[in-house]
Amino acid sequence: MKIHEYQAKNVLREYDIPIPRGDVAETAEKAKEIAASLKTKVVVKAQIHAGGRGKGGGVKLASSPEEAYAAAKAILGMTLVTHQTGPEGKLVQRVLVEEASQIGKELYLSLVVDRARDRECVVFMASEAGGMDIEEVARTSPEKIIKVAVHPAVGFTAFQARKLAYGLGLDKAQIAQFTNIAKSLYRLFIDKDASLVEINPLVITADGNLLAVDTKINLDDDGLFRHPELKDLRDESEENPLEVVAKNTGVNYIKLDGNVGCMVNGAGLAMTTMDLIKLAGGEPANFLDVGGGASADQIEKAFRILTSDPNVKTILVNIFGGILRCDRVAMGLIQASKSIDMKLPMVVRLQGTNVEEGRKLLKESGLKFEVADELFEAAQKAVALTK
Amino acid sequence: MAILLDKETRVVIQGITGNEGSFHTRESVQFGTKVVAGVTPGKGGSDLDGIPVYNRVIDAVEKQGANAAGIYVAAAFSPDAILESVEAGIKLIVCMTEGIPVVEMMKVRQALKTSPARLIGCNCPGITTPGAGKIGFMPNFIHKAGNVGVISRSGTLTYEVIWQLTNLGIGQSTSIGIGGDPIPGTNFVDLLALYEKDPATDVIVMIGEIGGTAEEEAAEFIKSNVKKPVVSFIAGATAPPGRRMGHAGAIISGGKGTAAEKFAALEAAGVKVEKNPAQIGKAVQEILTKK
Repeated sequence: MKIHEYQAKNVLREYDIPIPRGDVAETAEKAKEIAASLKTKVVVKAQIHAGGRGKGGGVKLASSPEEAYAAAKAILGMTLVTHQTGPEGKLVQRVLVEEASQIGKELYLSLVVDRARDRECVVFMASEAGGMDIEEVARTSPEKIIKVAVHPAVGFTAFQARKLAYGLGLDKAQIAQFTNIAKSLYRLFIDKDASLVEINPLVITADGNLLAVDTKINLDDDGLFRHPELKDLRDESEENPLEVVAKNTGVNYIKLDGNVGCMVNGAGLAMTTMDLIKLAGGEPANFLDVGGGASADQIEKAFRILTSDPNVKTILVNIFGGILRCDRVAMGLIQASKSIDMKLPMVVRLQGTNVEEGRKLLKESGLKFEVADELFEAAQKAVALTK
Repeated sequence: MAILLDKETRVVIQGITGNEGSFHTRESVQFGTKVVAGVTPGKGGSDLDGIPVYNRVIDAVEKQGANAAGIYVAAAFSPDAILESVEAGIKLIVCMTEGIPVVEMMKVRQALKTSPARLIGCNCPGITTPGAGKIGFMPNFIHKAGNVGVISRSGTLTYEVIWQLTNLGIGQSTSIGIGGDPIPGTNFVDLLALYEKDPATDVIVMIGEIGGTAEEEAAEFIKSNVKKPVVSFIAGATAPPGRRMGHAGAIISGGKGTAAEKFAALEAAGVKVEKNPAQIGKAVQEILTKK
């Protein structure tokens, strides 16, 4: 799960990691108030779940409360397009108003999980090339990135902090500050079940202190069950509306750009079905996994989500019944088609547990659909129906 | 013969009295699996269809000679359940549970490194050796005993592939779903080594998916260590970057873990790469007829 910069900074504050003074505003009036209370130059930053905000015009400097008002007025309500938002952009509903920092130097610091075999640990990455796209740095000058792997049972140690700090060329006072920040970040990562914590830039201010000027925290979805306070940070307006509905009904759905809507059980088979549609010359409209233990009711809900995407021209249902029985799927399909008056052509491929009962139910329902026995045949038929 | 699970395997089911646990225990027994005990803390002394239930795994080991465990407990309690089986000396631990935090799995992996126990999963459909038994919830009817080893990160896609093989009259030695989590207990490399040594396995089918580097590591291993033919498919060629495709592990991040990279690595290692997943069974058949 992604969270906003201002939310991430609240988490940093909880761990005594130095961040610029400031607050979040939903109106230009509030932005002006915050700027007035800070009594200094401020930066007004759009709060969306995407990077590259500065280049897109979502970050503005203001030297008075009036300028802060004007900057917030301009940013709030704008649809910000960056290299991470896609061409449709994202609506800005909040701005973070912070004191502008006197920047001496910009560093990069992040923590991620290394999944590779026999590593399986949290890794620190630090670089003197702060403020830049770190993936670009990794590609062009990997020697500029210092890595430290933290043993899960031992934890982050002082020598590892020194390895990073000396590598970044910090002075003695800064090394002490850095060590505290890095230790706190590791604690935060583990405590909060994070999957990414990134401070970019970690600034050395003009007076030589360290300051987390921008930060990004992603959380492990599987860890949220034990952090109800973090679950509340979810901003549904940042997500595709259909995906929000799906998530709230327990269906795994991701909207894509094509026109063949697909409903599948199991994530691997759902991805494979998308691949097959492409292989058959079409484009999938979505990823949809109804899950292993879906009820007829859930099938109906999944079907509603699928058909509310206006791009969908045809529907491909691909079910390999294991725990999920084919007759149950058929009942869900029939229930759904009747209640939403489905007009779209549909291809159904059922295999596995209770397949005969499922096929029989569909046949007797009077619904119009094509049946396919094999995987590829199903995809080909569905694609043909879009043309 | 097969790998990891055979006729000597004596299974204890952790969470046997729950909905999932009891349902799949009965299915497993029907399949011929020797389920010798169950464990649910607090329900010790009861039974499920005559299978004794204990409070602790160690009791199942000492009283019933359990040497393998199947875990059907909630995500919050699964890491502890795994560690309990490790401590009790269980050699094969299979955890079906989905949704375990990555931070917990990092610790579990550490504990496994200093133990002879092998963990399969989490978030997996389990392991099946036709004719000997199964731990997990692969459907009973899809299997047929034979000489093809199947390994996969997926669930239903694994059934699909096994079913393709069975319909072509091709049986399986052992089929294993290693699970869709970012940090699995057992990886492709571990199992490739076992299949390579297993006299009952002639061909290996490996089904990967986007995310992580497990397939690239497998390709590297195959190059110098696997002589048996390997057929492979990677799911998710059409998946957009940065989105978690259902499985926590199936995500292309930082431009890494794409299907194209994985296909290329496998091809370079001499693997028979099949880009049409509907043709995996046929690809295996071709290899077997040439032999």
